Amino acid sequence: MVAPSVILIAIFVYWLIAQNVATSMTDIHTAAQATGVEPHRFVGLDNYIALLGSEAFQHSLKNLLLYTVVFLGGTLLFGFLWSWLLDRPVPGQAIFRSVLLAPMAVSFIAAGVVWRWLLNSNQGERASGLNRLFQMTGLDFLQNNWWNNINWGISAIAMVAVWQLSGYVMAMFLAGFRGVPEELREAGRVDGASQWQLYRYVIFPQLTPVALSAVIVIGHMSLKAFDLIMSISKASNYQTKVPAIDMFVFKGVYDYANAAAVGTILLVIVAILIVPYLIHVNRAENR
Amino acid sequence: MAATIENRLAIRTNQPRRLTPGSAVRFVLLLVFLIVVLLPVYVLVVSSFKAPGDATASNAWSLPTTWVLDNWKNAWSGGATIPAQAPGVLRSLALVVPASVISAFLGSMNGYVFAKWRFPHSNLVFTFLLFGMFLPYQAVMIPLVELMLKVDVLPSGIPQLIFLHVVFGIPITTLIFRNYYTSIPGELIEAARVDGAGMFRTYRSVVLPNSIPGFVVVLIWQFTSIWNDFLFAVFFTNASNGPVTITLNNLAQGSMLQNYGASMSGALIASFPTLIVYILLGRYFIGGLMAGSVKA
Repeated sequence: MVAPSVILIAIFVYWLIAQNVATSMTDIHTAAQATGVEPHRFVGLDNYIALLGSEAFQHSLKNLLLYTVVFLGGTLLFGFLWSWLLDRPVPGQAIFRSVLLAPMAVSFIAAGVVWRWLLNSNQGERASGLNRLFQMTGLDFLQNNWWNNINWGISAIAMVAVWQLSGYVMAMFLAGFRGVPEELREAGRVDGASQWQLYRYVIFPQLTPVALSAVIVIGHMSLKAFDLIMSISKASNYQTKVPAIDMFVFKGVYDYANAAAVGTILLVIVAILIVPYLIHVNRAENR
Repeated sequence: MAATIENRLAIRTNQPRRLTPGSAVRFVLLLVFLIVVLLPVYVLVVSSFKAPGDATASNAWSLPTTWVLDNWKNAWSGGATIPAQAPGVLRSLALVVPASVISAFLGSMNGYVFAKWRFPHSNLVFTFLLFGMFLPYQAVMIPLVELMLKVDVLPSGIPQLIFLHVVFGIPITTLIFRNYYTSIPGELIEAARVDGAGMFRTYRSVVLPNSIPGFVVVLIWQFTSIWNDFLFAVFFTNASNGPVTITLNNLAQGSMLQNYGASMSGALIASFPTLIVYILLGRYFIGGLMAGSVKA
């Protein structure tokens, strides 16, 4: 009964990965070669060496790292903080929970439409979006050119990802908080622990597995960052490019070899994060 | 799994509410966060009802001087420089409904086998499937594009996307259903087996009728993620045969002249279906999120 699915995954995941690696080791850089009109040849790791040595691709990798740091740090911080605030009864609890989670029901593309306007880099007279809001509230010094900054621009887009997915991490942590047995809280109270001590020494340590899951989910989402950058910035903007954007651009000009090489590099980065986690989960289940 | 989380949430929310200084501070903090999170929603709604001349930089944050529906009409059925969203919305529906239903059935069969019929190395095979969930699709996209061109069985556009979302949805739907079936008692299945029913018979007559909560979670999950997908859409479709994420991006990014009002209306139109699902079935939505991340 599972055979059809296993075969489909074997073909569409594993066999295609092999095909992709093969393509990445050729010199298919033109449309004529991509369509088979002109011949191509095997070049080994040349594409990888050229890519990793190029300043443009290093810029993408640096952007990816920055994006991931802000995205992970932001979602973990707000997700944890919100769930902690919602752990004990508070008026409007259910409404807070629903609204804080709602942004993730929306596509990155739709979110990008409004954030592109909010993150408009114009300042002074022509300012709109957040820069205008800062002027109106006397916070002029906070005005900046957002994603148009060559060094830090990508973190403005990561900020939008934080807006969208902090609620997700909050929901994960909330489930974690609920998972702490009531007896454990009770035992802490009986031992005379203050509310803070109860959290610090009894409850927080129980949340480690949830935090690990959150790092995995958000981390791998971050490495695939694409939609949000396409809708707020665009593919041809150097300041906000990441490997997934490079791959799309290479594909667009029929440079299949480099597109495939970028794909493989992304796969390796994701695998470094995921494979130890899958092994860990598999072992835990066999026990 | 989803049910247990919901129960835990319910128990906690039903506790008597005492207004202590602590809860007041937490309420104020949460309110501040709520307002920040809702800022973009304010901008979306307000700009979508503004008349064209009303959307200048200086009154960017103010309410519309007159509330008009021009942007909504233009975004839905198109205007001079504004691509219509209606065809994209309809194509998205034609994509999402069959793709979610097919992948839910596939996931349910797989989940049932992995949860209840453990075969040799079934955990290893399961992990083999699970890795597909984390696959960066960029790592298969080039050969995938070539394969879909070469094996010219499915018409390009929505039919191809249905197939791709079903295939790449296998890992997550299998995972959610496996966790769901692990949590339901095995006696019913045992009874059917004792009565001599095989794997398929048991699935059809015993497992399937007891799967409705699992189906709800998976259908919501697949509905949302397929509706919101942009990556497959941008590689396999274009503005004339693609889903609403493509037509919306075309509206917001395509024209030389930025029409923010219409773009904002378009973004709201494109978000309604998933938001409605989220509002009506939010509790299951959370269940799906959890199943996708925390192990049962």
